Amino acid sequence: MSSTYALRQPTTDIDGTSMPAAREHAPTGAATNHARPHEHAQKAAAFVANDARLHWHDQAIWFLRGKRDRVSSAVPDWEQLRSAAEQIKAHTLSQIAEYLEQFERKAIQLGAQVHWARDADEHNRTVHSLLAERGVQRVVKSKSMLTEECHLNPYLEERGIEVVDTDLGERIVQLRREPPSHIVMPAIHLKKEEIGELFHQQLGSEKALSDPKLLTEIARQHLRQKFLAAQATISGVNFAIAETGGFVVCTNEGNADLGTSLPPLHIACMGVEKVVPRLKDLPVFLRLLARSATGQPITSYTSHFLGPRRGAELHIVIVDHGRSGILRREEYRRSLHCIRCGACMNTCPVYRRSGGHSYGVTVPGPIGSVLAPHINPAAHSSLPFASTLCGSCSDVCPVKVDLHHQLLVWRGELGRAGLVPFSKRVASKLGGWILARTWAYRFFGKLGRWFLARLPRAVVYNRWNVWGRQRELPAPPRESFREMYGRRRGQ
Amino acid sequence: MVEVGLFIPCYVDQFYPRVGLSTVELLERQGVKVDFPQEQTCCGQPMANSGCFADAAPLARNFLSIFSRYRYVVCPSGSCTSMVRNHYRNLLPDGPELNEMRGKVYELCEFLHDVLKVQLRGRFPHRVGLHQSCHGLRELRLGAGSERRIDGFDKIRDLLSGLEGIELVQLARPDDCCGFGGTFAVYEEAVSCAMGKDRIADHESAGAEIIAGADMSCLMHLSGLLQRQKKPIRVMHVAELLEEATV
Amino acid sequence: MANSRELILSALRSAEPTPIPLPDVSGVGVRYPDVRQQFAKAVADVGGRCVLLSAPEMLDEALSSLAEYAQAKRVASLVPGVRKANVELADVEDAHDLHDLDVCVLPGELGVAENGAVWIREGASGNRAGWFLAQHMVLVLPGASIVHDMHQAYERIDAGARGFGIFISGPSKTADIEQALVIGAQGPRSCTVCVIG
Repeated sequence: MSSTYALRQPTTDIDGTSMPAAREHAPTGAATNHARPHEHAQKAAAFVANDARLHWHDQAIWFLRGKRDRVSSAVPDWEQLRSAAEQIKAHTLSQIAEYLEQFERKAIQLGAQVHWARDADEHNRTVHSLLAERGVQRVVKSKSMLTEECHLNPYLEERGIEVVDTDLGERIVQLRREPPSHIVMPAIHLKKEEIGELFHQQLGSEKALSDPKLLTEIARQHLRQKFLAAQATISGVNFAIAETGGFVVCTNEGNADLGTSLPPLHIACMGVEKVVPRLKDLPVFLRLLARSATGQPITSYTSHFLGPRRGAELHIVIVDHGRSGILRREEYRRSLHCIRCGACMNTCPVYRRSGGHSYGVTVPGPIGSVLAPHINPAAHSSLPFASTLCGSCSDVCPVKVDLHHQLLVWRGELGRAGLVPFSKRVASKLGGWILARTWAYRFFGKLGRWFLARLPRAVVYNRWNVWGRQRELPAPPRESFREMYGRRRGQ
Repeated sequence: MVEVGLFIPCYVDQFYPRVGLSTVELLERQGVKVDFPQEQTCCGQPMANSGCFADAAPLARNFLSIFSRYRYVVCPSGSCTSMVRNHYRNLLPDGPELNEMRGKVYELCEFLHDVLKVQLRGRFPHRVGLHQSCHGLRELRLGAGSERRIDGFDKIRDLLSGLEGIELVQLARPDDCCGFGGTFAVYEEAVSCAMGKDRIADHESAGAEIIAGADMSCLMHLSGLLQRQKKPIRVMHVAELLEEATV
Repeated sequence: MANSRELILSALRSAEPTPIPLPDVSGVGVRYPDVRQQFAKAVADVGGRCVLLSAPEMLDEALSSLAEYAQAKRVASLVPGVRKANVELADVEDAHDLHDLDVCVLPGELGVAENGAVWIREGASGNRAGWFLAQHMVLVLPGASIVHDMHQAYERIDAGARGFGIFISGPSKTADIEQALVIGAQGPRSCTVCVIG
């Protein structure tokens, strides 16, 4: 049986609706289902053009990679942990339906209520109706990439509900009305002076502040009022444990714990892939997660929720939104292992030098580039090519997602779907034709070298010569290797 | 006597013939019989890299038919070798010919290190920055890499260790990508050059006179930047370096 | 008419790959020559403060030497022997009223040497909002409860019973502004761990 709800045609955007995601990533008012094969390259070029900012961003992100390196060096069983994590996830995916049913059963026994959402739209409607039924108008939210993926905030705001993102980085980008640029450090693309100016404009603080401690204190006081006034809280889920029906949320700031201990309603949103089988599987992931993400041995708070608080309600929303489709695809299945640590972004030489916003999707970087094309291959066709396939991401990934192999597989799939830009296709056809014939290869090779050696510089380094913008072409030798070798052999 | 089929990457054949000659020289000095089948052209990586697998597949089939007869196939390029060993299965159906080829195609350094087990002695009194080409490093595992927490090893370093006077400089980022990435170099030109310039800056700070590596594609990109900026650092393929040093 | 739950579960079931066994994770883990010492170091590394005491009677004196405790006006404690404790968490009807708590002293069940984490379950007193609203947190745990790593921790704790449990490792913190580490984000500004025995 095939469920037609799983969106496979590239006619709708990442949130599964035809509502333009214009407010976040698409050009204003534009439909978001047309091919944008050069999008990353264009945005990246703009990012690179500001040389000082480029290097600042690259160093900032590399710093995270360095922290990950140092802390993982102190873990003697690091590679065994990665293998164990990979295998636990692979096993879980092979019985995922059973584990989710077990999780639901146990969660209900503990007093939680469980809802299922096929896509972003259903997720948003489910969350909204839970809030609306209870007359909730003020919500605090701790970090959930899933709710970002579903564009929950604008959905609720359009319906008159105030949603305050309480993670400091997320609050900053929320106030700036822009998407996060990194899944763990949402505001890493901003300088402290910019944040100082933002707080001055939006929170009424003094002008020209830039001390991070002071700015954090301002945010603390501001958010504290929001926690105390909140009528409901929305959180993500890092791990849902089938064995117990409980789930775990990992944070550093304490925002999830403040949010979930005050208002009488807690809505926890999770993708289907967040389930793990048993409690004893948890430490494998907990020992890898924070070390991979920020270089800490563990986050400040690792909160275990088993049923609602006394006198409060707990609702869990389990979301598919394309994940069952990915599960079906053997070549991409391992991307569902992802625990959203961000290590791949931190190591990616392209992400570091182009920034999260160049990707045009909720989750950027290597993992984003293998997830996004599932829902809208045309809109995100530039992403698998925003990579040199260097493989560093795959080697830092705590759950061993074969990211750089999946990027290559995506390239082939996009090629077959005709979503590769025309110029590449033509060059490839032409190159393929020549290289399939030894005589043509030798002839055009020699011809090319002959011309290159004689054409005036201005002709060679014309405006269509993209290589030649910042690089010299290699000097054309008079003889190719085979000619020199043949001569040496007296042939 | 060890007999190998020599596979020379298309761009090495056309633009860096000396790398090919150095490869032959190094192998012959070890008593290897080298055969260069003239029909060869290209492994198909540029097409596959662009997502045009259908254009690459015939080249993969040609490669197999040209090289299957050899006991070993040796190539002075990590990315071309990885294309055959790891990615031909994306282009062609599984089969005995492909599976056999995957086990017998070698990049030059890994062939010298693992199969011939050479201990090269010589002299190369220069400050050398070793560029760890990504495909060689992370796909062929020529070295441990900076990401994984395993015992360190580096086959290229081992090959260079017998050279008197050589100083391998200490880089701030030992294996950050140079930014070539095949068609990436053109289609994401801005990021590609930013990455290459950062590599060069690292080698400069570390005092390298020569940037050496096992993939001429990376070196072509870095050299292009160095020459445009008129910088004195030069590039050498490890094959050229070893040939010169162990005369 | 199938509902969303059925549709999702059947889509997943039909997409599941061939079963793969769960791995045996008994081989992973880390062991330290001295767990107390490692724990104390880990607590300091994560921005907390670790105090080693030989007996529970020494707790109040140790706390008195902390500026935040000495200056505190409103103190809640679930650990006996804290003289300045003047807020009874169990008696507070509305947790919002705990917004002006200065110090909250909590009993830890277990400590983890590899990361300085302390496991606490919310018991009958409830009102855990106070734990996070308090400006400063103090955790008290028996030295004998310190284990080497998280695997050992999960073998000992009850993380399956109804309610709330948490591993707390140091004070709240953030590095969201230009990666400058700021200790004291939304939750407690400091975390002092008193190890007894």
